[in-house]
Amino acid sequence: MPEVTGRDRLVAALRKPSRGQAVVAVLLAVLGFAGVVQVRANDRDQNFVGARQSDLIALISTLALATDRAEAEIAELEDTRESLQDDADSTQTALAVARERVETLGILAGTVPAVGPGVRVTVESRTGTLGTDQLLNGLEELRNAGAEAIEINDTVRVVAQTGLVDSPTEGLLIDGNPVQAPYVIEVIGDPYTLSTALDFDGGFIEEVEAVDGVVRVEELDTVEIAATSRVPEPTFAEPVEQE
Amino acid sequence: MISALGLVVGVLLGLFLQPDVPFWLEPYLPIAVVAALDATFGALRAFLDGIFDDKVFVVSFVSNVLIAALIVYLGDQLGVGGQLSTGVIVVLGIRIFSNVAAIRRHLFHA
Repeated sequence: MPEVTGRDRLVAALRKPSRGQAVVAVLLAVLGFAGVVQVRANDRDQNFVGARQSDLIALISTLALATDRAEAEIAELEDTRESLQDDADSTQTALAVARERVETLGILAGTVPAVGPGVRVTVESRTGTLGTDQLLNGLEELRNAGAEAIEINDTVRVVAQTGLVDSPTEGLLIDGNPVQAPYVIEVIGDPYTLSTALDFDGGFIEEVEAVDGVVRVEELDTVEIAATSRVPEPTFAEPVEQE
Repeated sequence: MISALGLVVGVLLGLFLQPDVPFWLEPYLPIAVVAALDATFGALRAFLDGIFDDKVFVVSFVSNVLIAALIVYLGDQLGVGGQLSTGVIVVLGIRIFSNVAAIRRHLFHA
């Protein structure tokens, strides 16, 4: 009998199955099953399968650190947003206050039209009898009584810089504009206070009547003042910086 | 012949059933598979040498798998699981290589 080689045995085993081969088959089936399962599990979750406890803990703590950082960033950004909103609010308030001031100053300086309760004072006189003496006093009285806006003959706004000059021909020159009698002075302010300011002993009405003029005072709920004056830019004066 | 069929059946079962690996088994399954591969190649070599015994094969197969899993488990308990797994894989790899070399000599006489 010639020497049996490994190849002969393999061929023989392939031709004649034996009982021993069945056992081997079972074990090999287990091996194949386990191998395939492992490969599939590995494919599905390559990051964490087989990872050691310490690796997982390191991973988790890394994630926790990242979360902490992200949360800190969120808190910081929320703070920033809040402070920006506060800034925006205070800017809005400052803007509203500034607008109010602009309106107030505009009315006082006569740069914007105004409307409100007040009086209409009509002064009639013969030519050449009534002049700046009487009118200036009258305007002063009205100012003292709290006049907020004054207009004469619907054409001239009377403000702090307004100048009254007796015209060489007739009437008046107010800020260079000729104004003829009858003079209609429209004033915004408290109607009662304004009308009483003109009517007292030695007051405007008596002064006008002394030169044979007639004064009519009407208290009105709405006086409209459309004329505006131009405020010249200050050339020499500069505001003092306030702390 | 039946053995080869068994391997195919096992692979097909794994493909079709697609079972999830239980959590407690996850660290040990790869090592166990490598150990089983080692036992299988050892058995094939013994068969070609004419000294194959199915009883020996069963015992070596099961004990290989169990010892491999035990070593990894021990390593995990000692905190050197990763390194021990590598060590086991290296040893088994060397054995598989030498077995396959013997099988090659038998089959191809080279």
